[in-house]
Amino acid sequence: MRNSSKVILLSGLSIAFILLFLFWDLGSSFDYVLPRRFTKVAAIVLTAGCIAFSTVIFQTITNNRILTPSLIGLDSLYMLIQTAIVFFFGGKELALMDSGVHFVISVGLMVVFAVLLFKLVFRIEGRNIYFLLLIGIIFGTFFSSISSFLQLLIDPNEFTLVQDSMFASFNNVNEDLLVLSFLLVLLVSLWAKKLLKYLNVMSLGKDQAVNLGVPFDRIAQQWLIIIAILVSVATALVGPITFLGLLVANLAHELFRTYKHSYLIGGAILLSIVTLVGGQLIVERLFEFSIPISVIINLAGGIYFLYLLLKENRSW
Amino acid sequence: MVEVKDVSKVYGKTRVVSNVSVDIKPGKVTSFIGANGAGKSTLLSMVSRLISRDEGEILLDGQEIQSYKPNALAKELSILKQSNQINIRISVRDLVGFGRFPYSQGTLTKEDEHQVDQAIQYMELEELENRYIDELSGGQLQRAYIAMIIAQDTEYVLLDEPLNNLDMKHSVQIMKALRKMVEELGKTVVIVIHDINFASCYSDHIVALKNGEIVREGSTEEMITTEVLRDVYDMEIPVQLIDGKRICIYF
Repeated sequence: MRNSSKVILLSGLSIAFILLFLFWDLGSSFDYVLPRRFTKVAAIVLTAGCIAFSTVIFQTITNNRILTPSLIGLDSLYMLIQTAIVFFFGGKELALMDSGVHFVISVGLMVVFAVLLFKLVFRIEGRNIYFLLLIGIIFGTFFSSISSFLQLLIDPNEFTLVQDSMFASFNNVNEDLLVLSFLLVLLVSLWAKKLLKYLNVMSLGKDQAVNLGVPFDRIAQQWLIIIAILVSVATALVGPITFLGLLVANLAHELFRTYKHSYLIGGAILLSIVTLVGGQLIVERLFEFSIPISVIINLAGGIYFLYLLLKENRSW
Repeated sequence: MVEVKDVSKVYGKTRVVSNVSVDIKPGKVTSFIGANGAGKSTLLSMVSRLISRDEGEILLDGQEIQSYKPNALAKELSILKQSNQINIRISVRDLVGFGRFPYSQGTLTKEDEHQVDQAIQYMELEELENRYIDELSGGQLQRAYIAMIIAQDTEYVLLDEPLNNLDMKHSVQIMKALRKMVEELGKTVVIVIHDINFASCYSDHIVALKNGEIVREGSTEEMITTEVLRDVYDMEIPVQLIDGKRICIYF
């Protein structure tokens, strides 16, 4: 099958799933149900897009297909922020906090952290992307440790509130935040559009890219900031879900077998939408909300990840 | 002309390249020779702006290479490193097409396609042009990369050990192609090379490095002598004239 027809097929599948999600089992009170479902589906599509896009690009600039942006430590930082709010201000505060303020604090802190991290790493001579990952992993572990420590001290009732935010969920997405997120993502996309042409060349590796006139470090830094913003928005909106990115980015590589990012990015986003909308359908209509969607994604992703490791292992 | 002036590179306390000055003359094949760790590759990487330098300046046609726009420099000078491990699925033709990136920024024009065709013909890759690079042998892959550099159409072509891991047939094929580029297309080729007999047979000018410094430099006739090679490699290497070529017997 040609790659363009695969894209059409995936688009059709995404639209079908979205329509199914919106209209299946609508019941009589659709004035109430439909707008709520619409908000949910919009949040899913936005998250799916952000995660897929940022993971594909992250893997291209690191030249490694088993990495995800969560390695910079953004997920753990998000958890730390949630835990810290509960720890210092109490669970009521997290529950009652104006969601706009909460969103801005979460996104703001994550982006500031990422930018500081990049500035720190890229100022050092011999700055390379693996060094950045190493520092990111150390910070991530550090944040998780503090979170665990704080969680141990928290009142068990309040801990359940923190636990809620450990898993991604599309069930209480705030509409105003959704609009804000869409605007943010739109702005970032305009910035990203200018850098898209470098991606194919960057996948040849740093030396080749520099040889072909790409200012590699400058472009890579800009991409990293874009990735940090997108991941932060998605995480603050629904919770930690970056593992999904690993799954869809690799599926896109397997499915399209090309170096062209127009296909890889488009394919990954569509796959991501199909997975998330489909997953949410299963969670809502099959399991009646008894398990969070990220559990399903982590399970599927984990199995696929093991398969990937075994397969790569065989080709050595 | 590329002028390297007092260039140094320091890792920790080791001066890998130390106050090296050398001129690379246009329209010639220049070879960098020397033992492992002499600083040849480091010097080449600095000239091609792949790594930064700690001291000195490098001028291309009188202008410091750092002050060139990255894209403009990519039209003047190209570099091929010895290891090119990439894990993307790409056909030979598309790889060669990347050589046009400095000109077209990714969308190939008719003129670009023409250049790509020529580069493929030049390296005799017509039959392989639709194959994916993970299906190629080492020699074929090296030829594909050189075709990419040819499509890049730069006056200066720098290659870091282009014969690494290649058999005699492919080595000769590649050296002949480089020689032809100099003679027919008027390019300037600079190579880092280990096999001194290849250096002797195919280069016009030889620069010998040792411990980060230039020991000797000169034309091939001046350089391929037992006396000079003793300085460079600390070895007694008899040189014999066979069919007008200076052959080193170092076995």
